[in-house]
Amino acid sequence: MSASEEENGPGDDVKDPVLDDQAPRAASCAGGACGCGGAGAREDAAPALWRNLDELQQSAAFQQAVENEFPRQAVPLGLGVDRRRFMQLMGASLALGGAAACTKQPPEEIVPYVKQPEEIVPGNPLFFATAAPMGGGYALGVLATSHMGRPTKIEGNPEHPASLGSTDVFAQASVLGLYDPDRSKTIVNAGRIRTWEAFVDALTMELATQEGSGGAGLRILSGAVTSPSLAAQMTAILARFPLARWYQWESASDRSAVLGSRAAFGRDVSVRYDLAKAQVVVALDCDLLGKGPGAVRYSRDFARGRRVWESAPEGTAPGTMNRLYAVECTPSPTSTLADHRLALKPAEVGAFAAALAAALGVPGAAAPAGWNHPEAARLLPVLAKDLLAHRGSSVVAAGDESAPELHVLAHAINAHLGNHGTTVLLGEPIAARPTDPLADLEALVAELQAGKVEALLMLDVNPVYDAPPELKVADALLSPAARLRVHWGLYDDETARYCHWHVNAAHYLETWGDARAYDGTVTLQQPLIDPLYGGRSAHEVLAVLENRPGTGAREVVQGLWQPRLGGEPQWRKAVHDGFVGGSAAPAAGAGVNGGAVAAAARTITEALAQQQGYTLAFRPDPSAWDGRYANNAWLQELPRPFSKVVWDNPVLVSPRTARELKIDDGTSDGLQGRRAAVLRIEVDGASIEAPAWVLPAQADGVLTLTLGYGRTRTGKVGKGVGVDVNKLRTRAGFWSRAGAAARATGDRYELASTQGHFLVTDPAGVERPMVRRATLAEYQRQPELMHEAVEAPAHDMTLYPDWPYEGHKWGMAINLSACTGCNACVVACVAENNISVVGKDQVFRGREMHWLRIDQYYAGDYDAPSAVLNQPVPCMHCENAPCEVVCPVEATTHSFEGLNEMTYNRCVGTRYCGNNCPYKVRRFNFYKFADWTTESLKLQRNPNVSVRFRGVMEKCSYCVQRINAARINSEREDRKITDGEVRPACAQACPTEAIVFGDINDAEARVTAWKKQPLSYGMLEDLNTRPRTTYMGRLANPHPELEEKA
Amino acid sequence: MAGRDLEAQTAVAEPEVHQESLLEKGGYHRPGIIERAPVLAPGHTAGSVTDKISSVVLSGTPRWFYPAFGLAFTLTMVLFASLAKLFWEGTGIWGVNQPIGWGFAIINFVWWIGIGHAGTLISAILLLLRQEWRTSINRFAEAMTIFAVACAGIYPLIHTGRPWLAYWLMPYPNTMGLWPQFRSPLIWDVFAVSTYATVSLLFWFVGMIPDLATLRDRATKRVAKVLYGMAAMGWRNSAKHWHEHEVASLLLAGLATPLVLSVHSVVSFDFAVGIVPGWHATIFPPYFVAGAIYAGFAMVLTCTIPLRRAFGLYDFITERHLDNMGKVMLATGLIVAYGYGIEAFTAWYSANHYETFMMWNRFFGPYRFHYYALLLCNIVAPQALWWKSVRVSPVKLWIVCMFINFGMWLERFVIVVVSLSRDFVPSSWGTYHGTIWDWATFLGTIGLFLSLLFLFVRFMPMISIFEMRTLATEAQLKELPEDDGA
Repeated sequence: MSASEEENGPGDDVKDPVLDDQAPRAASCAGGACGCGGAGAREDAAPALWRNLDELQQSAAFQQAVENEFPRQAVPLGLGVDRRRFMQLMGASLALGGAAACTKQPPEEIVPYVKQPEEIVPGNPLFFATAAPMGGGYALGVLATSHMGRPTKIEGNPEHPASLGSTDVFAQASVLGLYDPDRSKTIVNAGRIRTWEAFVDALTMELATQEGSGGAGLRILSGAVTSPSLAAQMTAILARFPLARWYQWESASDRSAVLGSRAAFGRDVSVRYDLAKAQVVVALDCDLLGKGPGAVRYSRDFARGRRVWESAPEGTAPGTMNRLYAVECTPSPTSTLADHRLALKPAEVGAFAAALAAALGVPGAAAPAGWNHPEAARLLPVLAKDLLAHRGSSVVAAGDESAPELHVLAHAINAHLGNHGTTVLLGEPIAARPTDPLADLEALVAELQAGKVEALLMLDVNPVYDAPPELKVADALLSPAARLRVHWGLYDDETARYCHWHVNAAHYLETWGDARAYDGTVTLQQPLIDPLYGGRSAHEVLAVLENRPGTGAREVVQGLWQPRLGGEPQWRKAVHDGFVGGSAAPAAGAGVNGGAVAAAARTITEALAQQQGYTLAFRPDPSAWDGRYANNAWLQELPRPFSKVVWDNPVLVSPRTARELKIDDGTSDGLQGRRAAVLRIEVDGASIEAPAWVLPAQADGVLTLTLGYGRTRTGKVGKGVGVDVNKLRTRAGFWSRAGAAARATGDRYELASTQGHFLVTDPAGVERPMVRRATLAEYQRQPELMHEAVEAPAHDMTLYPDWPYEGHKWGMAINLSACTGCNACVVACVAENNISVVGKDQVFRGREMHWLRIDQYYAGDYDAPSAVLNQPVPCMHCENAPCEVVCPVEATTHSFEGLNEMTYNRCVGTRYCGNNCPYKVRRFNFYKFADWTTESLKLQRNPNVSVRFRGVMEKCSYCVQRINAARINSEREDRKITDGEVRPACAQACPTEAIVFGDINDAEARVTAWKKQPLSYGMLEDLNTRPRTTYMGRLANPHPELEEKA
Repeated sequence: MAGRDLEAQTAVAEPEVHQESLLEKGGYHRPGIIERAPVLAPGHTAGSVTDKISSVVLSGTPRWFYPAFGLAFTLTMVLFASLAKLFWEGTGIWGVNQPIGWGFAIINFVWWIGIGHAGTLISAILLLLRQEWRTSINRFAEAMTIFAVACAGIYPLIHTGRPWLAYWLMPYPNTMGLWPQFRSPLIWDVFAVSTYATVSLLFWFVGMIPDLATLRDRATKRVAKVLYGMAAMGWRNSAKHWHEHEVASLLLAGLATPLVLSVHSVVSFDFAVGIVPGWHATIFPPYFVAGAIYAGFAMVLTCTIPLRRAFGLYDFITERHLDNMGKVMLATGLIVAYGYGIEAFTAWYSANHYETFMMWNRFFGPYRFHYYALLLCNIVAPQALWWKSVRVSPVKLWIVCMFINFGMWLERFVIVVVSLSRDFVPSSWGTYHGTIWDWATFLGTIGLFLSLLFLFVRFMPMISIFEMRTLATEAQLKELPEDDGA
């Protein structure tokens, strides 16, 4: 995989014939008005008669006032169309719609390349290193696959420290975001489509006014920024407008971490962990492995410490395993791997941290008086002992959604244990300007209300939707003084509606940029395609403010980095690599302020006292995040961890709380979907109604609400999906809010979930050995333990002779001790294999199309499960495949390399194979699920995988197209396929390296080594299917003093 | 068959009825000899039989026919509408899903195929066993077989995702160079069902030829004469014709006899070959065959009893027929009950927890009421057939038959849906409900069945005239010496 040396990517010099008509940007305005000065409003000649000076001069402000039908109010951006106009439009649409349908496609000339561009070989994809933006403005280094100029798939950048070749769900799904037909496609002013030049003129005119006052009326609101180029532009803008202000707003922000580090260290410090060295990890309300800019890397490092059969990470003894303690209010992917897990209310998690700090002897720490929790009391001394035994090799991490005090305590504990510098690395801040986004937004709102803001530029933020309602952002935006409000974003969203101008943004795959990774590494973003809808980058918009209109994003980014890196070759190398080597944040020495610890402990004790009613816990959604991915159908259809609900954000409640609220879980004996009880949640006058999902691992008395739903203005995918929970957020109750009341309304709401709540244990008390598990100690005592539960049939229990695999014999092994259930593999599979989205209704009917699913089982008590087990289930490619014998038309057959293959063209759709598959991994196209009509989505498809038609069965193919590509490459180079050369999309995406694929005939292959381990077992191997996908039994490493089967 | 013993017991239980009827007939009581009700009411001659049966066809349409046929035909149109919707949109209009890939279509297929079995059994096996009582119901039951197979045959075709390619299941030389996959039970189904349909159709038609000739000769209208004439294929009542007809019938009966056993055995392989708990059982072939005959007789009675009344055919379809068919149902019903018992026993005895769970799930799972209803309909309700008073009472017998029709449908529902809904991996369990289109298609095939049946009874001799003539002649011959003695 080598990225092109061409630093400007294919987008700039390679024209895809499909895209050519869209590629050239509208350089001139329509109707020959170009060159006359842009804005259509000024096309008219000056009036002969006039009433005032403004009118004579035709100033922009005057024009705006004239156009504004309802002065002093929201600009009616096409809000209402009167009846007459409606009839005209509808009539015209009908007539023209019919006419268009009769029109033949215009004959297109297809011209072959006169000069074949270097590197482009039709059919061979190219890979370009770029940066996928994540929440909080961070970047994940990725490689984008480009097929003939179309980005089709995102992979991790193996060289990039935050990725090491893996990705998270959002990066995987971002390629669909590029082709989203609902993206904002034009620049809009007051409901009318305008040109970029018109926008530049309008902005320049306002800036000219602002320049006089030093920018006293100019405000910029952006998301959190780590991008050095953007920061440099901001600096330049603030130099030009000294009185202007730059605010940052992020709904799902790391605010608590910022405040915590300020309190603990007295300054801004970035924190990252080296989990490869950590023997004991304590996650305090922290989804260390599932969320945040470092999650991908953390997962990788943490999982190394779980693979006891492979060579141990440096600094650890062979055969040892790290240990994870999770204390949290709502289950997270991280805690599914926890060896000890404790579900507590958010305030109690604080109390636990304080008690832990006190038990460890952290100076200034005091256990909260009067807090008594039997399970915590049992766990605390053991945990303290364990931590003290691992000074310098432990990590205590507090989550972004916890209180700042928890961060203070975590810092103090880490400092006390000597973890700073070894497993916990403190560095200079990574954000361009670390802020408390809530304070920023409050300040902006106050200024808006005070009429101090005249021009407001909002860069990809949506505060109208996602800010706490008490800030009254929408009202403030309508402040009459704010005469120019500009919104730049990918979607014409709720906030855009309150702005005069909306500028459509370019997707990250369409433009240049940069951002820092979790460790500060500067990650460069290069375009793979010309903006599909002529979107602009933030750099271009800010360049206007810098008084450098017309400066492109590339000039900005290259202009910053080329001199810094020392020349064009270095710049080219950095673009090629996707990041600037050695640009990680320098280490920062910082001592923890003892007074802060005492203060934190006090605050925690106070918070503990105010625990009446239910506590609301807000979380970024695993699919929609803060709402920015709400229109991504892949993410919407991704079964959320734990509930496996799709297309909704139910309130998560524990079984005990559900009984208290007198609601059931809405299942009628195992329906796939549920008729969930609707809860009315009230707190201080604000209320929402949302369906409840009873989640066993949830803390009692805590209602978890996820952000990002109930969008009123986004694309057709995300609009109206779920419930907007921002209505219940306040400044004080930003992440958790106590004192809520909840009651069942008596209504029912249908939730579609891909998995029912079924127990692994039969009524007869027999546990179905889907997930086989043991503790490390048990396993070391008795390595064959995993095979005791199930009798695998003898190898010769078949009438047919074994197939002699002379060449390759593909196989897969999945490490259940590492899988967090993060879903990255699932969405990677969707992207790679052109898997259709079917929508909520079809999922409710049990017709989801995912080839790979992650089964989740609970172990132990329903009210307090001892463990949550994840099991990714792709096709097992059984040697004795039950599906193959029953297909009447030989549509599913065994390949000579052991794959169970589907021949879509041959399938007539009897579904017998699906019935006979004991793993239920086959998926049927009950309808024409694939979108054959939306043009932009066609560009996304992987050209090497068929788009399936209605009525055929499909299933995991082990990404056979990748095997074939590797085969062709190896044959051309006259060599064998090397181990690791073929990686299915799931294995490639997996952050924990839980999925290993390779040739079982190759004795040296990693997969062979895994399969030889006594931990390796086949799911349902007692059926004599001889699955080719095997699992590494799940190991847990509970503390010997708390020994229980985790 | 066990029928004889059962009959003996029944007779002993209620001897008075027999004595009375014998006394009325002027017969005498011979201890130890059980007199049966006649298969043809006394007093019929060859001529009266022919008159009576052919008049049903030739004497104009009864008034009730129009609304009845109209209703059936409307339902047939519902079938076509549902098929149009299905072909236009896809199998998604049904309730099928993952994991339950088969639903109403396969349930109905098995149900209809089962119903057909009675006809073949009556016309082939009972012919070979020289059971005279079969004569009057044989033609009708055969027709029912054909129509039921026609209804059944629709389902495997339309249940596929791409019905326009369903012909790929046929072995024919093709440019793709591919044969069907002969290990798949669905291929066996293709052969079994198509053979069954062909043999049944031939048997039915060959058996009808002399009667069609009778109708040709008796018809007064020109159109009827021509059409029946063509259908009669030049039958001239010669001894040679009769001889060849007899040989052909016997040969076809010989061919059809193994089919009675094989077709439903093969259908049961669709399940038994699968590995799904609740499917994977060696008891399936005999249990399915018994179930098919059980359901088939129930359906024959369901249709015969109202027609007997509508056309006043009490003389031809006598209490003896009702009684005998009731006994067959009782016997096969007990075999089916034994099958259920063995399924449960094996599940327990195997100590395989998937199998154990399967039985547990039937009794206590989400579909438990379906299972209870099934036990009620198929095991409890037919116990009424131990009583002769039930067997000879058309109304009571009809009610029992409706229980069985419903119960046998439920049996297929339990096998297909309940087994699939919870198999091996708990994360992938699901539920199934028929949608409105599932029901519309099902009702549509019932409509098609009834329409064909109405057309048949209206235009074809629903009782074999020539065989009844033989019976009448034989009866007269038998009666003669008795008359002398009196």
